[in-house]
Amino acid sequence: MFSETIELRGHIIDSLILPKVLDQILTHGANFKIGEVKIGEKRADQSFARIEVSAETSEALDELILRLRQHGAEVLERAEAQLVRAPADGVLPRDFYVTTNQQTFIRFDAEEIEVRPAMMDSAIAVDRKKRSARAVKFFDVSKDHEIVVGHQGIRVVPVQRSTSHTDLFQFINATVDADEPKSAIIRGLGRELQLARAAKGKIAIVAGPAIVRTGAGQHLVRLIESRYVNRLFAGNAFAVYDVERALFGTSLGMNPDLAFARGGHENHMRAINTIREAGGISAAVDKEILTCGIMYACVRHGVDIVLTGSIRDEGPIPGVTTDVVEAQKVMREKLADVTHVLLLATIQHSLAVASMLAPNIKTVCVDMDSSAVERAVEHQPLQSIGLVTDVEPFLRELADCIATAEANSRG
Amino acid sequence: MRELLLCPPDYYGIEYEINPWMSRARGAEAPLAQKQWKELHATLSKLDCKIDLIAPQPKLPDMVFTANAGLTVGRKFIPSNFRHKERAGEAPHFARWMEEHGYEIAWLPDDLYFEGEGDALFGGDALFCGYKFRSDIQSHRAVGEMLSCLVISVELVDPRFYHLDTCFCPLPDGAAVWFPAAFDEYGQRAIREHVADLIDVLPEEAAHFSCNAVVLEHDIILPEGAPKLVATLHDHGYRCHELPMSEFLKAGGACKCLTMFLPQREKP
Repeated sequence: MFSETIELRGHIIDSLILPKVLDQILTHGANFKIGEVKIGEKRADQSFARIEVSAETSEALDELILRLRQHGAEVLERAEAQLVRAPADGVLPRDFYVTTNQQTFIRFDAEEIEVRPAMMDSAIAVDRKKRSARAVKFFDVSKDHEIVVGHQGIRVVPVQRSTSHTDLFQFINATVDADEPKSAIIRGLGRELQLARAAKGKIAIVAGPAIVRTGAGQHLVRLIESRYVNRLFAGNAFAVYDVERALFGTSLGMNPDLAFARGGHENHMRAINTIREAGGISAAVDKEILTCGIMYACVRHGVDIVLTGSIRDEGPIPGVTTDVVEAQKVMREKLADVTHVLLLATIQHSLAVASMLAPNIKTVCVDMDSSAVERAVEHQPLQSIGLVTDVEPFLRELADCIATAEANSRG
Repeated sequence: MRELLLCPPDYYGIEYEINPWMSRARGAEAPLAQKQWKELHATLSKLDCKIDLIAPQPKLPDMVFTANAGLTVGRKFIPSNFRHKERAGEAPHFARWMEEHGYEIAWLPDDLYFEGEGDALFGGDALFCGYKFRSDIQSHRAVGEMLSCLVISVELVDPRFYHLDTCFCPLPDGAAVWFPAAFDEYGQRAIREHVADLIDVLPEEAAHFSCNAVVLEHDIILPEGAPKLVATLHDHGYRCHELPMSEFLKAGGACKCLTMFLPQREKP
């Protein structure tokens, strides 16, 4: 969205100039927000209106503004963004502007430049030559980078509520508690994912170990096999639990029937060793060491696996990015083209991913802990659904819905 | 007694084309133009009004259209800022004449186009102002501030009726003669809301510049070619004086364009 603020003065009410200008904005497919209106009290008093006009493209806005000028609209000169050089590598100027995850524009050299990507908790670095602005993290900042400071010349455009009533995310737009029904929402989500796949959207799963431990792995495998997963974000533990389940039938030594296997506590470590020996998950699949499970399905169906480490990790298995700064970079890169994200039963990983999402990414968070769900979806106010529930029934029902829908579309 | 400013058509002719009426290929006949102007002068002279003449200037053929010189209210004269450079040379001559005759000159900012009484006519308690082809709407605001009066700005949409006085003529009883199609929808609504009694002019009569009339109490001087309007005005109690204006119509002007009121109103 591109916008300008215009002002109208004069006898704009009696002359019907104000309604004419507002009508013209709408008939040209643009929108307006009235900032201020002062109506003259006496007959000779002139009136005043300040209106923010926004249009989809900068060309459409320019053309519209040109028309509105003919009716007396004056474009309000907007202040330029203030720039200060970074004092050292990795250090931002004091008073640097901290971004939200909303679409943001800065006024630079009398033009509006969009800050890319829309990334939360970053600074804005401006490249004068390229006339570009990008969101930067500390590690991206080099000495003398020009950084936006203060709040002047910055415009943030929040995600607009959809005008259609069919958008499941905006319709729900809340957290569904443990004691509330979820079936209808899960069916709706199944339809949404079907549409997303048909529209060549990218679906990412952020998966916690509980998926394996609760026995929900098989349902996630069904989604992968039906090509409903493009990317899998997880930690070392998730991959190891899944491999342990595939190799030994246990996760952390426990069988699905809740019995501890004899010597089961060793299985976890042996699974790690097996993958390390094979040279990684893909290699283990190729060598037919790993022949089932979620990681196997991912390799077989070309799902991009993004594994990142944590302090508690054993191993880790090859392919896990353990440098946290590097991990952030990889995750951002792999999230850049994602349209739908399912955050499943993992608090820390979900929060990390949620903080990297653009505000228009449709997000579902499923967790037993209601506060975790609320925190994970708070940055996607009009684009998220939170479900407080065990992940196993959620995944089972979602996979069933999708299987039914797929069967119907084939039939 | 009303006072009017006229300019003899000594240098009048079609020397450029700045509206759809003008065609250098179809020039005005100078002797006939002189005759028609003299007839207007004579008609006005008989109607109990004082006529002042400004000396015509060579190379300013449209100076004859004094209505576009500016807007006079009381002793204040707001000179025009002509949109076309061809006419811009008229402004200092009019300003000097007005100054010499004791009027206070109130200049508009240079960047605001405004074509005087051609686009600014008092009707009821409002000053109706036309915009788009010649005057800018921004100038209306400035004029409204100078005069402290209500200004109704109306958009003109037909290039043949490029000035307000070619399609709108307020009458002393609060009514007005107009050609609605010359205005956009909002302009039409604004006029309807502020003028209780509107007399519509038919398209074929409007094309004869029937709205371009000089109104002196109960006498209306208008170009010939509008029998229906004349009948209607007669029913409203007005005496109509129909004059041949063919040579001035070739430049997109007629009776009203050839006269400026001194002042148009005593008070805004």
